Amino acid sequence: MEQSIVIQEGYARLKKTRALFIGGLLAALTVLVGVAVTLGSADFTVAESYLAILAGLFPGTFTAPDMAGIIVWDYRLHRVLFAVAAGFGLAVAGSVMQGILRNPLASPFTLGIASAATTGASIAIVLGAGVVGGEYLVIGNAFLFALLAALAIYGMARYRGIGSETMVLAGIAIMYLFSAVTSLLQYVGSAEQLRAVVFWTFGSVDKSTWPKLAIVSLVLACTIPYLLYRAWDLNALAEGDEVAAGLGVPVERSMIVFMAIASLITAVIICFTGTIGFIGLVAPHITRMAIGGDFRTLLPASGLVGALLLLGADSIARSVLAPQILPVGIVTAFLGVPFFIYLFMHRREA
Amino acid sequence: MPRLSVEDLSFAYRDRQVLRGITFSVDAGEVLGLVGPNGCGKTTLIKCVDGMLTPDGGQVVLDSREIRTMHRREVAQAMAYVPQSAGNRTAATVFETVLMGRRPYLNWTVSRADEEKVVAALDALDLGDLALRRVGELSGGERQRVMIARALVQETGAILLDEPTSNLDVCHQMGVMEVLRGLAEEKGLSVVIALHDLNLAATYCHRLLVMKAGSVYGYGAPAEVLTEEMLRTVYGIEAVVKRDLAAPYVVPVRPGSLRGGA
Repeated sequence: MEQSIVIQEGYARLKKTRALFIGGLLAALTVLVGVAVTLGSADFTVAESYLAILAGLFPGTFTAPDMAGIIVWDYRLHRVLFAVAAGFGLAVAGSVMQGILRNPLASPFTLGIASAATTGASIAIVLGAGVVGGEYLVIGNAFLFALLAALAIYGMARYRGIGSETMVLAGIAIMYLFSAVTSLLQYVGSAEQLRAVVFWTFGSVDKSTWPKLAIVSLVLACTIPYLLYRAWDLNALAEGDEVAAGLGVPVERSMIVFMAIASLITAVIICFTGTIGFIGLVAPHITRMAIGGDFRTLLPASGLVGALLLLGADSIARSVLAPQILPVGIVTAFLGVPFFIYLFMHRREA
Repeated sequence: MPRLSVEDLSFAYRDRQVLRGITFSVDAGEVLGLVGPNGCGKTTLIKCVDGMLTPDGGQVVLDSREIRTMHRREVAQAMAYVPQSAGNRTAATVFETVLMGRRPYLNWTVSRADEEKVVAALDALDLGDLALRRVGELSGGERQRVMIARALVQETGAILLDEPTSNLDVCHQMGVMEVLRGLAEEKGLSVVIALHDLNLAATYCHRLLVMKAGSVYGYGAPAEVLTEEMLRTVYGIEAVVKRDLAAPYVVPVRPGSLRGGA
C-alpha cells in the first residue's frame, strides 16, 4: 500500500510540473508581448508604449502622446498578437499531426501543406490567376492550395486504407509535386515575380492587420477547445491505431477530423504569413521533452512554446538589423535547425 | 451459457477469403488458445471478434449482446484488446499508459478512483516499481506487462491478446501466461490468446482452437487436438507428442529421422 501512495504522489507531482510549466510559459509570453510592443524604429520610451496601449483600451482614463497611440495600435500591437496566434496555431497543428501520425517528423511542412500553399501563392504572383481576386488573390490561392494538398493526402490515404505511414508517404509525395510546380513557375516568371515568390517563401508577419488577426483568432477559438475536449482520443491514437480502436476510439473518422482541423489551422495561418518553418515541428518536441505527451497539457503548452518562439524570433528579426526587418521565417530556421540537429543527436523515445 | 460465442464467422479482404465458418465459445474463467501457422487468420479473427473488422457473415455475441449492435465505447467497456506490436516508444510514463485503459469511461478529468484502479493493475502485474518510468525505457517483457495492465483497467469481462509472448524469453513467456491464467481463474475473465508456441498453449490454455487456412481444423482440450496427425496436416511437420507430462508436449523432428525408429 505504501507503494501505491508513492505512485499517486508521483503522478500528482507530474501534474504539478505541467501546471507550473504552462504557468511559466504564460508569464514569459506576457513579458515578451510587453517587450515586443516597445520594439521599433519610432522614437519613444517603453513607458509611452504601454501608456498608448492603455489609452487605446480605456480612452477616458489614460492619455498617450498622439504618435505613440497611432504607432502602437496601427503598426505594432496587431503584429505582436498575430505572431502569438500564428505561433500558437502552428504548434498545435504540429502536435496533432505528430501525435496521430506517430511520426516525429510530421508537420505542415513535411506533409506538403506548406509547399502547396507556396504553389498557390506562386500561381497568383506569376500568372495572376486565382479564385479570389483583388487584394486577397495571393492569400486566397495559398489557402485553397493548402486545403487541396490536405484533401489529396486524405484521398490517397483513403484509397490505400488509412494508416499513418500511408499519410506520411502521401504527404511527402505531395510536397515534391508542389515544389516542382513552384520551381516551374519560378522558371517562367519574370525577375520581379521571382523576387515576390521567394519573398513569400521566407515567411513573415509584416503584413498582419487587425482583420487578419481576427480571422486567425476565430479559427483557433473554434478548433482548439474541440481538440482539447478530445484529448484522450488523441492520447489513444498516439499509441497506435489498433490500441485506439481497442479503447473505443472510432479511428478512421477521428483521423480525418483531426487531420482536417490541423490542416485548416495551418492553412489559415500560412496563407497570411508565407512559409514559417520549424515552429510546427520543434515546439511539440520541446514540450514533450519537458512535460510528456498527455494531450490535455501538450496542446496548450506546445501552443505557448510556439507563440514564444515565433514572437521571440520576430522580435529578433525586427531588432537585429533595425531599422531593417528580417523575414521571421529566416530567424525561426536559424533557431530551429540547430535544435533539430540536436534532436537527432540526442533522440531517445520522444 | 458462454460469455463469448462466435458463430459461423467469415471474412474476406476484398476478394481474398480469410476466415470461413469459424465457430467457438469461451466461458467465464476460461483461457482459449488460438493456434495455427503464420497467415492462417488468427489476427484477423481477433480483430473480427473485437469488432474492428466487420465480418461478412456470422455473429459475435458477448454477454448476450451482438457486437455489431454495440457502440465502440461499449465494446471497449466489455472487451479489451492487446495488439501484436503492443507498446510503442512513446514518451508516456507507465502510469499514464495504463491510465489510458480508462479511456472508455473517462470524460476529461481523472478521478481518485481511476488512479486507484491503475495502481491496483500495476500491482497485479508487478509493475509498481516502474510506474513512473517511461514505457520506451522498459524491456520487452515489462512492456508487454504494461499492455496487459492497460487491458485490465478497462474492467472488461473478456480480453483478446494477439501473440503477447512472441518477443519474450521463456521465463517472461511463462510469467505473462501465469498472469493471464491467474486472472481468468481469480476474476472469471474470458481470455482469448493467439499463440505460436504450442507447448506454451498446451500448458496454459483450457482449450485450443486450431486454425488452418482460415477454417477451424480442431477445437477442444489440448490433449485432444495436439496430435501427430494434426501437426502433419496443419503445419506440415513430423513431430512426436509426448503424453507423460501434465500437458501434451510437442517435439518436432527433422524430416525423415523418424523412419529409422526413434
